Amino acid sequence: MTLIQQIITIAICAAATMITRFLPFKVFSEERGTPPYVEYLGRALPGAIFAMLVVYCLRNLSLIGGNHGLPEILAVGCTVLIHLWKRNTLLSIALGTAAYMILIRVM
Amino acid sequence: MTDTQKQALKAAFPQTVPVLTGFLFLGMAYGIYMQSMGFSFLYPLCMSLAIFGGSLEFVTVDLLLSRFAPLQTLLMALMIQARHFFYGLAMLDKYRGTGKKKNYLIFGLCDETFSLNCSVDVPEGIDRGWYYFFVTLLDQLYWVSGATLGGLLGSLLPVNTEGLDFVLTAMFVVIFLENWLKAKKHTTHLLGGAASLLCLYVFGADSFLIPTMLLILLLLTLLRKPIERGSEE
Repeated sequence: MTLIQQIITIAICAAATMITRFLPFKVFSEERGTPPYVEYLGRALPGAIFAMLVVYCLRNLSLIGGNHGLPEILAVGCTVLIHLWKRNTLLSIALGTAAYMILIRVM
Repeated sequence: MTDTQKQALKAAFPQTVPVLTGFLFLGMAYGIYMQSMGFSFLYPLCMSLAIFGGSLEFVTVDLLLSRFAPLQTLLMALMIQARHFFYGLAMLDKYRGTGKKKNYLIFGLCDETFSLNCSVDVPEGIDRGWYYFFVTLLDQLYWVSGATLGGLLGSLLPVNTEGLDFVLTAMFVVIFLENWLKAKKHTTHLLGGAASLLCLYVFGADSFLIPTMLLILLLLTLLRKPIERGSEE
């Protein structure tokens, strides 16, 4: 690839990202307002998306073979329990990550 | 900086600390990867500034090393980034009335910034728009710094930080959990989780996101009445 082709490739990737980010805001602009169905989606989507993002982070976990995804499962469990106990976001994330880093070294 | 902005920055920064950790680490990994493929640090610097989407940036490295194929690049990038369309729908209301900043808020709406800004109750007395703005700006700053550092220092860094990227997984888990605990009913969380797991099983780790999003959209549309009756908010 020449330098110009590289620049074009990067520009296309940037443009595609911007399309996906700006499209909803351009289609449903502040002036034109939002149809009730889309407003409903705006309310209903976050819960579903947060669940999807958790699954997405753990997508490469393999239950068969290796250590059966145990470090991930245990570290997520640890994060959840600490969070239910203290309800302190940073603490849960820090200890959950520490647990994971220890687990992958000892398992 | 005005007092309003200072207060918003002060309120926003602590919330972004997990992203700081995760992005510096992953950004560096990305910069190191580009350097190992023979690219100068200017590439990760420009790409993290212009594209600002981690998974696509990694894929772009492969694209840059292959034959020039603009149409294929466009389609691939749109598919990888399609989830941002969902984020936009969920943020339409929250980003309303944020003025000129709004364009930057939308430009920087990555997974992590979306999760933080979508789940937060902006504290009393803090300007909402500026709060969102600083979360977005700090998150991008972390990513660009990490990527550029990685590109500059390459594999010189003495590291045994294996597993540190789990910080982002833990953050998404906590954000999900908080959202779950605050909601009266959990239909949408369960639907999202079930749809993701089903599609992951059927389509595999590399291509389950788009089917998942379509399935979530379908389920939410079909079940609109019962879900609205339960009034999730």
